[in-house]
Amino acid sequence: MTLSTAEFLDPLRLTLQVAGLATLAALALGTALAWALARFRFPGRDLLDAICTLPLVMPPTVLGYYLLVMVGRRGFLGAWMQEVFGVSLIFTWQGAVLAAAVVSFPLVFKSARAALESVDRDLEDAARTLGVSEWGVFFRVSLPLAMRGILAGTMLAFARAMGEFGATLMVAGNLPGRTQTLSLAVYSAVQAGRDDLAQALVLLVSAVCVIILFTTAKLIQPKY
Amino acid sequence: MHRRLCSLFLVLALLVPAAAAQAADLIVSAAASLTDVLKDVKPIFEAKHPGATVVYNMASSGDLYRQLESGAPADVYASANIKWMDKAVEKNLVDKATRIDFAHNSLVLAVPAPNPAKVKAVSDLTGKAVGRIGIGVPEHVPAGAYAKKALVALNLWDVLQPKLIPGESVRQVLDYLVRGEIDCGFVYATDAKKGGDAVATLATVPEAGMVTYPVAVVSTSTKKDLAQAFVTFLASPEAAPAFAARGFGK
Repeated sequence: MTLSTAEFLDPLRLTLQVAGLATLAALALGTALAWALARFRFPGRDLLDAICTLPLVMPPTVLGYYLLVMVGRRGFLGAWMQEVFGVSLIFTWQGAVLAAAVVSFPLVFKSARAALESVDRDLEDAARTLGVSEWGVFFRVSLPLAMRGILAGTMLAFARAMGEFGATLMVAGNLPGRTQTLSLAVYSAVQAGRDDLAQALVLLVSAVCVIILFTTAKLIQPKY
Repeated sequence: MHRRLCSLFLVLALLVPAAAAQAADLIVSAAASLTDVLKDVKPIFEAKHPGATVVYNMASSGDLYRQLESGAPADVYASANIKWMDKAVEKNLVDKATRIDFAHNSLVLAVPAPNPAKVKAVSDLTGKAVGRIGIGVPEHVPAGAYAKKALVALNLWDVLQPKLIPGESVRQVLDYLVRGEIDCGFVYATDAKKGGDAVATLATVPEAGMVTYPVAVVSTSTKKDLAQAFVTFLASPEAAPAFAARGFGK
């Protein structure tokens, strides 16, 4: 049986697109929340930490179900989006980004929090004595010092987003060319008895993952 | 020492009933659309055969075929169309002599009860109001294959491609309908009935042809007598009222 390039490249393009955007979202939100929880003490802090870590321990299908209930056409968030914007996230690649972002968020959050907490407070205070604003302290002192930990967490988050299956299937469905990421494509290929396609896709995923892991490891290596 | 012996004894005691139950389990791989009616007939069959426990494995007929092909230990296989059973017979996965047809169904076009897209017939599917049409994946879900056959016959298959939302089984399409995530979908009459008030049936789709359910004994079964009894039971008058109640034809 011949393989068409579309069957091969469409899932790859979709996966990189979905995983990339999901990781960026997880990175931004994860770092922001991690910084807030690392710097401030407030009632309910530990509870918030537990909620942020929850997607890591919950089965993806459970997460997918919660997302479906919230973001579906009859869910409180989904109905609102339908009314105000006229869009539904279900069965769209944007929905897949949401699912992937939710599952990979805790990976960035946990690593970022640990990394930010390990930054020496004295260095931050020294910056403050030199007249740097709070934003400046974060971006010029805390963040660079915590960067390796945050990047390690982001790398894990990207890998997790690339492999996301259960929650994506429930929220975005398995629509070839539109939401069928590499994991879903392998699943469908096996179901359809297309072993040739399944093998090709699996090799592709493995190669992409190795390249990404290798490149990122090189990037976060200390430069001395 | 005493404590350890007691714990070990307890663990073994727990394992024994589990092992005994497995010995008389009859594993029936059946198409997803048969879920409820098979649950209904289970107590009737088990009352006739004391000691036997029927264990159901429900999925789309194509998925079940793939499982059998890979050596899954089922005793009975019931599919929702002729195609998958023919393939199973061809590969000697089932005993050809035991094969019978035990039920019929029809394909319908259904909508979520509020019907926001105001669909009235299959011809409305090309309209702008309809954005999402649920259909089983034709490659392994018989309901999807029947629907594709109908849409091809009506010259609508190509034009409706961008609107099709594939479901992994006919029950998933039903779930989408119940949740209102799709504007309409192709399910069996029995599934639409199962959906109750949340789903409204618009019309049967005669272009899909006759929906026939064949059943047969799996050739690698170790309980051929019990499996044959189950196969015969499905087509018998004792099971008939349950099938009729769920909306199946005979």
